[in-house]
Formats: sequence, structure tokens, C-alpha cells
Amino acid sequence: MRRASLIITGLMLIVAFFWSTPFLWTLVASFRPDSAIGMASLVPDYKPTWANFAEALDAGDFAIYYLNTAIVAFGILAVQIVTISLAGYAFARLTFPGRELIFYVFLLQLMLVPPILIVPNLRTIVDLGLYGSLLGVMAPYFASAFGTFLMRQTFRQIPRDFEEASVIDGAHWWQTLWHVLLPMAKPGLIAFSLVSLMAHWNEFLWPLMVLNEPRTQTLTIGLATFALGSEGGKEWGVLAAGTLLVMFPLLALFAVFQRQFVNSFMFSGLKG
Amino acid sequence: MTSIATEAPPLAESRPSRHAMRVRCRRRTLPYLLLAPSLLLLAGFTYWPIVRVVWDSLHDRILGQAASRFVGLGNYASLFSDHAFLKAVINNLVYAIGTVPLSMVLALLFALALQRSTRVNAILRALLLFPSMVPLVAAASLFFFIFLPGVGLFDYYLAKIGLRGANWLGDPDIALWSLIGITVWKNAGYYMLFYLAGLQTLPGDVLEAATIDGASAWQRLRHVIVPLLAPTTAFVLVIALINVLTQVDHVIVLTKGGPSNSTKLVLYYIFEQAHENFAAGKAAAASVLSVAFLLAMSVVSLKTMERGTHAAS
Repeated sequence: MRRASLIITGLMLIVAFFWSTPFLWTLVASFRPDSAIGMASLVPDYKPTWANFAEALDAGDFAIYYLNTAIVAFGILAVQIVTISLAGYAFARLTFPGRELIFYVFLLQLMLVPPILIVPNLRTIVDLGLYGSLLGVMAPYFASAFGTFLMRQTFRQIPRDFEEASVIDGAHWWQTLWHVLLPMAKPGLIAFSLVSLMAHWNEFLWPLMVLNEPRTQTLTIGLATFALGSEGGKEWGVLAAGTLLVMFPLLALFAVFQRQFVNSFMFSGLKG
Repeated sequence: MTSIATEAPPLAESRPSRHAMRVRCRRRTLPYLLLAPSLLLLAGFTYWPIVRVVWDSLHDRILGQAASRFVGLGNYASLFSDHAFLKAVINNLVYAIGTVPLSMVLALLFALALQRSTRVNAILRALLLFPSMVPLVAAASLFFFIFLPGVGLFDYYLAKIGLRGANWLGDPDIALWSLIGITVWKNAGYYMLFYLAGLQTLPGDVLEAATIDGASAWQRLRHVIVPLLAPTTAFVLVIALINVLTQVDHVIVLTKGGPSNSTKLVLYYIFEQAHENFAAGKAAAASVLSVAFLLAMSVVSLKTMERGTHAAS
């Protein structure tokens, strides 16, 4: 038994090594001084340099890309937290005619994922005068069925005694929600925030369709432009550095919140 | 909503005070007020677009003019007579068959191998999970170099063991399989998480009983673990199928559907028709078919999800 599990761990070490080679290469290549023939090598047989990063930062407007991406990802999240808390509270704590039906209206949205509706949604964005704006990228995501379910589940797990105490004290529903329920729902909120931030940090197709000038580009669009620009086959170290720059915030977030990340992914899976 | 608000309280009730009535009225409208922001947004960006795209698919819009002409199923007819679209549907099927079973089997194997929570396993899980955390665009731009003929990471190391590489993205017979490889690499770790969660919910006594009865590891896997994980598998399958239909970032960056349409997927076709060819009718018709497919799938998955929530609560 002991030996079997040792063999399995050994096998998985090899698998994980192969699985990581693309990242390993990125790391090694981004610090390589010259784009020579040894570019593909995974062995860092050189004196590391920041030159590739400097060149990547120089070539793309990364500061603007970072800012735009942050505005999109955090802007969506901020509005979502409001909408999902209100809706989640209604589903978790209130009874009203049509609750089942409305719940199914939400449920269906889990399947009708936005990418499939890019064509009509783009027309809506144009009609609203939001074409080319970051708000246009964000608007379709302001409501979240997944977030609503998550908050509903989270609120349901909080014993009613806590609210009753505050209701007896004469608190309004929003005071109860703000002072009692939301602080206790923190794990659910963090889980949702991580999933939401990552999804919109990584998004590409929709912003590509909505945004039309360099000033408003996001990181993924900037990186794609960058990658296509280096097709000539020279600046591989710079491309590696640029890719690292795009991935870095996620790496940092993952390092800090690793446990929550894993939990929130599983949560999102189990609860749909 | 108005019918609810104006519903008169039963007369038999003792006369309520003005304050109590106002409180009751507010209590009745409150749920709808709380749901209003989400419902408005859902209506605007999920349900209205569906109506709109169905309408668009039945009309011919003249560019630059507001007027449009009813053409019945004309857009669908021209869609199905478009070679590129048929190719995209076939490609999408091959892509699904190539990515979904393989990434799910790998995910289950990874989860089984790493289910005990040791320090080493935690690191290995993180490494396998990592590809799913980075943008698909970033993954694609890495594979841009990895797949580079002759000097790329792949060919460089293949040459070291005496193998000749291929034109991974430039050969019409190979390009789609290269994209399949990227997708499996990216998603297997993600699906592994669901299997890890599923494995934690397995009843320990059943596994123990199977072991005591002398079941081999393979028999336990085949007859106990896999059947018990069926809800997880159903769920992962739905996610994987949605991914197959909705993720084309790597196509846009790496191949643009080429060479000779060999990597054109349905969503990329839609994107191309709408964005580059301005063929709104065809893009709309193809969108409607995709939505119909997702709706059909949602009927199946709603059932599994319901089962899932019953198990959870």
C-alpha cells in the first residue's frame, strides 16, 4: 500500500512537470538576454535580465491595459455584489407569489452564457450608445445568476436567530442585511469575488467586439495584438515577458487566496 | 405586481392601523423591488437578446438602413449552403470528441491520484490547476511559440530524442488537434477540482465494504467509485460541453480558423460573420442554433442540478 502510493506520487510528479513546461518555458525565456537559437531551452543557462520586460512594457501600453482591465473586473464585481445580495436575500428569506417561476428565470441564465449571445448583445450595446466604452463591456455581467444562487445558499445557512434579534431592536431589512447577514456571508462573497474577478480578468472575445480604440483596450486584447505582432519569429523573450505580465496579478491572487480559490471553484461546481 | 399590492385584507380581520397596513404593503412589494435590478438586467442581456436574435435570423438587414425585410428561413438556408459553416459544425464535433472525454478521464485520474491531502499533493494539484487560471489568450500566446515549426519548444525537444516535429498550426490535418491539445491541457485540472469534491462526498463505509469483500482497486473504481460519481460526471460534462461551444479565444489568436477552415469552430464562424463580413443574418441564424443547443442541454442539466441540490440540502 505504502509503495503503491509512492509510485503514484512519483508518476504525478512527472505528469505535473510536463503539465508545467509551458509556464516553465515562459519563466526561463522571459529572463533570457538574447533571442538566440537556444530560445526553446528550458535550462536557464544565462545571466538573467529584465530587458525583455522593459521592452514589453515599452511596446504595449500595459499601464492603460492594466487600468482598463481593473476597471472592468472590479466594476462588474462591485455592481454584482449589490444585485446578488439583494436578489439572494429575497430568495433566501422572503416568500412571495411567483418565487418558483422567477427562480427558474434565473436558473436558465446559467446555461445561456453570454458568449453565445455576442451578436444580439452587441446590437443592444450600440443602441444604448455604449459601443466602444468599458461600461459596454461590463453591462451584460451586472446581474449574475450564479452569484444569486451562491448568496441564497449562504444566507440560508445563517440561523434566523441573528436577524430576529436585530428585528426586535427595530432594524429595517437593509440594516439587517448590511449589519448582520452580509458580514456573516463573507466566505460566500469572497468565493464569488474570486470567480468573478478571474472570469472577467481573462475575458477576451466580448471586449474585443465592444472596444474599438487603443485607449480602451484590456490586457487580453493587448496581449493578443502583441502576440500577433511578433509573428515574425524574433521577439519570443518579449512575448514571454508580456504573457507573464498579464498572468502576474492572477498568480499573486492565487498565491494569497489559494485555499479560497480551490474552495470557491468547487463551490461553484457543486452549486451550479 | 399591482394585483398583489391592491389585494384587500380580509374584512373579518380587526381594523389594522395605518402604519401596519403600510408595513404590510411594503412587505408585499419588497421581494420584487429586491429582485428588480437583477431581473431587469437578465431581461436586457439574456432574454431580450434571444428574442432579438430570433427576429434577426428571420430578416435581412440592409446595412446602413433601419429597414429590414422578412426572409423567412432564408438565412438558415444560406447558412446550411455555406461550406464554411458546415465545416465549422463538423470541426466543433471533432473538437468536442477530442477534448471532452480525454480531459474528463484525465481529471478523474488526477483526482484519484491526488485525493489524499498531503503537502506534496497540494502542490501538484496547484500545478495542474494552474493552466485553467490563466487567460486562454495567454495560454494561446505561449503555445504560439511552443508549436513553432523547427525552433519551438515542441520541435526543439522532439529533435533531441530524434523525432521530427510537424507544422503544428499550419497543417490542416494537424491544426485542430493542436488546439485540442491546448484545451485538454487547460481544462483537465479544472475538472479535477470537481472530481476531488465528488470524491470527498463518497460514503467511506461503502468503499470499506468493497475492500473487505476483496474487490481489487480496479473493481472498486469500475463498480463503486465511478457509478457513485455519476452526478459529478454529469455536471462536469455540461461544463465541458458549454466550454466547447463558447471558447474560441485560442482560435482567434492562433489560427483564425485556418488553414483552409480546418480550425473554424461555430462561435468563431459567428464572430467572423458578424465582425468581419457583416453578415448579420447568417450570424443571427447560427446564434439561434447555438442557443437552441444550449437550451436543450439545460433541460438535461437542470434535472441533474436539482438532484445535486437535493443531495446538498
